[in-house]
Amino acid sequence: MTATGSAGAAARPQELVERALSLSRTDGCLVLAEETSSTNLRWAGNTLTTNGEMRGRSLTVIATVAGATGTSSGVLSRSNVRLDEIEAVVRAAEAAAVAAEAAEDARPLVAGTGDDAHWADDPAVTTSAVFGAFAPALGAAFERARSQGRELFGFAEHDVSTTYLGSSAGLRLRHVQPGGRAEITGKSHARTRSTFVGQATTDFTDVDVDQLDAEVVRRLGWAARTIELAPGRYDTVLPPTAVADLMIYLYWSASAREAHDGRTVFSKPGGGTRVGERLSEVPVRLWSDPAAPGLDCSPFVLATASGPASSVFDNGLRLSPTDWVADGTLSALLQTRASAELTALPLTPAVDNLLLEVSGSTGSTDDLVAATPGRALLLTCLWYIREVDPQTLLLTGLTRDGVHVVEDGEVIGTATNFRFNESPVDLMGRIQAASDTQRCLPREWGDYFTRASMPALRVEGFNMSTVSPAS
Amino acid sequence: MSHEIDSEFGDLGLQELSAAALARCVELGVEHADVRVERNRSQHLRLRDGRPEGSSDGEDTGFAVRVVHDGSWGFAASVDLHPGEAVRVAEQAVAMARLSRPLSTERVELAPEPVYAGVTYVSSYEIDPTLVPEAEKAALLAQWSRDLLAADGVDHVDASVHAVKENTYYADTAGTSTTQQRVRIHPDITVVGIDADSGAFDTMRTIAPPTGRGWEYMAGSPSGADSGWDWAAELAELPELLRERLVAPSVEAGRYNLVIHPSNLWLTLHESVGHATELDRALGYEANYAGTSFATFDKLGSLRYGSDLMHVTGDRLVEHGLSTVGFDDEGVAAQRWDIISGGVLVGYQLDRNMASHKGFARSNGCAFADSAMHVPIQRMPNVSLQPVEGGPGVAELVQDAGDGLYVVGDKSWSIDMQRYNFQFTAQRFYRIRGGKLAGQVKDAAYQANTTDFWGSMAAVGGPATYLLAGAFNCGKGQPGQVAAVSHGAPAALFRGINVLNTVAEAGR
Repeated sequence: MTATGSAGAAARPQELVERALSLSRTDGCLVLAEETSSTNLRWAGNTLTTNGEMRGRSLTVIATVAGATGTSSGVLSRSNVRLDEIEAVVRAAEAAAVAAEAAEDARPLVAGTGDDAHWADDPAVTTSAVFGAFAPALGAAFERARSQGRELFGFAEHDVSTTYLGSSAGLRLRHVQPGGRAEITGKSHARTRSTFVGQATTDFTDVDVDQLDAEVVRRLGWAARTIELAPGRYDTVLPPTAVADLMIYLYWSASAREAHDGRTVFSKPGGGTRVGERLSEVPVRLWSDPAAPGLDCSPFVLATASGPASSVFDNGLRLSPTDWVADGTLSALLQTRASAELTALPLTPAVDNLLLEVSGSTGSTDDLVAATPGRALLLTCLWYIREVDPQTLLLTGLTRDGVHVVEDGEVIGTATNFRFNESPVDLMGRIQAASDTQRCLPREWGDYFTRASMPALRVEGFNMSTVSPAS
Repeated sequence: MSHEIDSEFGDLGLQELSAAALARCVELGVEHADVRVERNRSQHLRLRDGRPEGSSDGEDTGFAVRVVHDGSWGFAASVDLHPGEAVRVAEQAVAMARLSRPLSTERVELAPEPVYAGVTYVSSYEIDPTLVPEAEKAALLAQWSRDLLAADGVDHVDASVHAVKENTYYADTAGTSTTQQRVRIHPDITVVGIDADSGAFDTMRTIAPPTGRGWEYMAGSPSGADSGWDWAAELAELPELLRERLVAPSVEAGRYNLVIHPSNLWLTLHESVGHATELDRALGYEANYAGTSFATFDKLGSLRYGSDLMHVTGDRLVEHGLSTVGFDDEGVAAQRWDIISGGVLVGYQLDRNMASHKGFARSNGCAFADSAMHVPIQRMPNVSLQPVEGGPGVAELVQDAGDGLYVVGDKSWSIDMQRYNFQFTAQRFYRIRGGKLAGQVKDAAYQANTTDFWGSMAAVGGPATYLLAGAFNCGKGQPGQVAAVSHGAPAALFRGINVLNTVAEAGR
């Protein structure tokens, strides 16, 4: 990135942060400068369709003002702010803070704990060069697909964001977050067969196109035999991607404040929350850890807006490994400092990754299928998941890109897709068996949440409510 | 009131930037190049129980260069608005096209479009909502919240307003240059009631739609006609609607005749017709993400989509429409056309490349992006179900239904990857017995397959039942893009629709 630092040209993000803080005239000030770069390839029907390489830059200024009834905040975000424009942004944030009513989530700004050793480092950048090995391999996969009667559709994306957080309380923190994913949808037989494979990555060095393509071929082959099935409740193997999509929705629904207010599945009748209540007899653990290998994410709070489970006042707060469910018992909910005081529960802010394991489970998804007795279903992934009833966290959605029929441990064919109605909270209590925990790409929420490790789960009586003719 | 394009946007050096980028693209031998500069202002304010919970006030400015080089697309974007960076981004776009060439088998060709040089468009609004101070917005929402919290049975109130202003400059190598400005606003009020003993809770949300209007929308009017909504009336009835829902009987699952109000029907239209008639989906371009469509291109002109009463239009022209614009992000002028006529599929949503490949004379102007950072893709126009002149009112439709449910306000939605199987809930379901409303029921969801549902449409309301509703948050594409879109609909009657009990679905 070019960085001249002169007025009228792009400045270094650290310079923007320091300038904004030096201009602050109110009781407190937080500044987040973010530099982003991303590159992508998209394809359909064995040909590339769109592509791009983009760079972005944003500055968020949060001014705080202590008044007679409490502390208020004003938040402004602007892209590509020049040094000579910063004062206007700071003054506007301050004016908003002065005019605002006291914020319920206001708490003293987090004090600085020493300089970040990498504070002075430049932002990390990605370019299309990250696809240096991937693109030719993809071209070869297109050739194979054409010659063998398949069509490939998909998307590959790599992005890097670097955030600099500074505050009038002495914070100087820097975080680099790489992310990426490769997704392939394969179709054959006049698009009557469909499957999907996806992989999360941080640098594409671990993405093996040939291996992904081979899995597409294997799964399309399962559809050689079609089996008619009526709607109903079926024992079902949910692959890690499907488990992730359901558990991420549960995670997003775990605001302590909302539970305390009596309006979520985690609210206790009569008041309070269900923390401490057993959700499952199965020894299931759902947790987050900013240092989880391969899922590394910001070890401190980064918040550009307050909400039911986040607070701009908590920026810079250190994050720790947190069990949300431990040994089947609800252990913690998403907290801000304000909600932790309100609920009298430990301070457990949200962390940007999610893991699940069933104690003692080993083996792959294939091993879990092989150990499945009698008849069951094996899903490819889930799609269009939406909340139907917050009281039970009942979610609806569709199976997508192939529902396979398993009999005595073997895939014997493919059924239709279904609409499901299920609650992930209830599902935790109906786990029959699990695989080991593995890095996966959440199919539906991959736009927002790519850092997940989940097992495949076999659950009892998954509710396939109605038939979807989609193929 | 007519407005001028903001001078601050014009002062960004649009012509110099685009001239530098387009000249470099021509030097590098492109067949086509376009430059798009966007400034998007987005403000969101949320109150919990009358107190500020969170706010954001963002402005994203940047530019993009898109080229067709040797038959392949190339795209690059940046936030540094100066001519030197424009040249670098132009070169990067061409480099992306060269990277794409070996992986592309289909050459990009653009359908012709007249040249529009130096034209401007400003949407229809009175008060720029992004210029209203946050404190003034908060004061209004706080007052509404306090009034609602004072009502029996209301335990919590969520109040929010989202205001957006978009400025877009577009210039291409054919000579078209357009400058546009649009605003939109989405207020949203939800009341929550809780039975402390049982822990049961429920909500009731306003059905006031998001709209392509300014802050004047919040003032409201008794008729709702001048500024678009009668806020006083809707807020006054929310507590009683919530109290009734909390004690309503649970619906019995089964088949029902449904009278669906446009505040709910717009979303069913969006999902089952709007998305299903996107030509990029029908051709498979969205197969990995949003999905495909059962309404494949070979069925154009023959697919029986619904009953004879079904007349659906696409447009980018209707006043206050969220997808209304002067020109799309390929320089194509806004239009109106039929998508379904007499129940038969007769049209699609197009961009210039698909229009050319599929033999259309021109695009109907449905290519756009949500920011400078994203490439234009085929997105949705305002897709609306037309009312029947002289058609029935809601009371007549309810009478005609005999035994059934009256469905008001959107809530939960979901549809499959080919747009067949959908399931929707609502803010409220009223039981219809003997052709009359007989109070609310709860725990209902209606589910159908698209052509079965529209085929069961037995009566379509008249213009007096028509409402232009919509959403700010339609998602599509990879990388993901968000678009605002309106859908007009009258009330309508559907016979024999599957209704689920959601408590039973949860296995309780």
